[in-house]
Amino acid sequence: MSPFLALLARDMRLAVRVGGGALMGALFYFIVVAMMPFAIGPDLNLLARIGPAILWLGALLASLLALDRLFATDHDDGSLDLLMMGAMPLELAVAAKAIAHWLTTAVPLIVITPVLGLMLNIDMSAMGWVALTLLAGTPALTFIGLIGAALAVALRRGGLLLAVLVLPLTIPVLIFGVAAANAAIVGPAPFGPPFTILCALSLASLVLGPVAAAAALRQGLE
Amino acid sequence: MAVIDLANPTRFLTLVDRVLPWLAGVTALVFAYGLYRVLGAPDDYQQGATVKIMFLHVPAAWLGMMGWGVMTVAALGTLVWRHPLADVAGKTAAPIGAAFTFICLVTGSLWGRPTWGTYWVWDARLTSVLVLFLLYLGMLALYWAAEDPNRSARAAAILALVGAVNIPIIKFSVEWWNTLHQPASIMRAGGAAIDASILIPLLIMALAFTLLFFTLHFAAMRNEILRRRVRSMRIMQARSA
Repeated sequence: MSPFLALLARDMRLAVRVGGGALMGALFYFIVVAMMPFAIGPDLNLLARIGPAILWLGALLASLLALDRLFATDHDDGSLDLLMMGAMPLELAVAAKAIAHWLTTAVPLIVITPVLGLMLNIDMSAMGWVALTLLAGTPALTFIGLIGAALAVALRRGGLLLAVLVLPLTIPVLIFGVAAANAAIVGPAPFGPPFTILCALSLASLVLGPVAAAAALRQGLE
Repeated sequence: MAVIDLANPTRFLTLVDRVLPWLAGVTALVFAYGLYRVLGAPDDYQQGATVKIMFLHVPAAWLGMMGWGVMTVAALGTLVWRHPLADVAGKTAAPIGAAFTFICLVTGSLWGRPTWGTYWVWDARLTSVLVLFLLYLGMLALYWAAEDPNRSARAAAILALVGAVNIPIIKFSVEWWNTLHQPASIMRAGGAAIDASILIPLLIMALAFTLLFFTLHFAAMRNEILRRRVRSMRIMQARSA
């Protein structure tokens, strides 16, 4: 097995076992979305109109929640130092960790999205498209958050600093994600342009995120 | 004197001590002349005297963006050339840029009330400047979070570069929204769309504010160098005690 796949499998195993945070993100997402009608009121028409925004905000907050753990535990037990000294390029190692993180936190969240959409009175025929926007957009959230996680661990500060650094950078993802989801549900704007830009943001952050995060780790922990 | 000579903080301090009074004096003179021209500028036929806010608002917007530009160049200096003063330059540019961005937001809001009828709208330009302000706040939070200035230097440099990539993306993404703020009217194809009686005072004020930016920046850099010296002296004192 290549080192990349080995690291990916290790991180996924750690996430699903006791103490890992695999389903915590999806649970948090579920609770945040379920809280919204208590704040806004149970008006189904209103919920249907702002449903995509609620789902996207919930996904954004849930992806922030688990970012803290991306490097912090590895830094505490020393395995991050091993990764930095290992033969595999640090960029690749960081990318493997981020992909494992996405698979264990974002994918469960996307899987439960149709159920939550049902509760928010989103049209069933459009629900697949809304889930698709999350599928296309959440990698960008993970890989932008990766940079923030690396900076936070290099400074030995997590938590709120991470949110303050990462949230402004995710605004484009939120804009195009909600725009694509709204286009799928109510139209009349076409679904294609915002969705392709969303994919472009994910692909760009897939390239830039590991490079910047590896640089932050190298500079911060040398 | 080459840039590399400035790497020596002591040499930089003597240079700043020599240049700063002149820079401050020139800034004051340009401000005096600019304000004289601003008071002589005619009122707008629609907006009346409120157009005077522009002479503060537009330079502040430019300098808010320039602040991040200075930080980006300083970040390259930190990461690529390991220039010892680059981090000092980047760190001290952040609060100044944040302050100008804040002034831009506040004056724009006060200008919007009489002309648009509202203090705030979620329009593309307002939103992108607000996001720039949030990024500045994140940068300041990063500096506050670190105890050791050397450790925060590299982290802040990386954040500055990431922000520099992201600011155009954020700007274009919010441009998708329906927009109320007028499009660029000075730097555009076909020349400026403002009459010379207002444009020339505006440019003089922009020059004055740019000089003010650099005066404040040099003074802040000097203070930061001295602050770091005090810090290392305290550490040495504690070690020997």
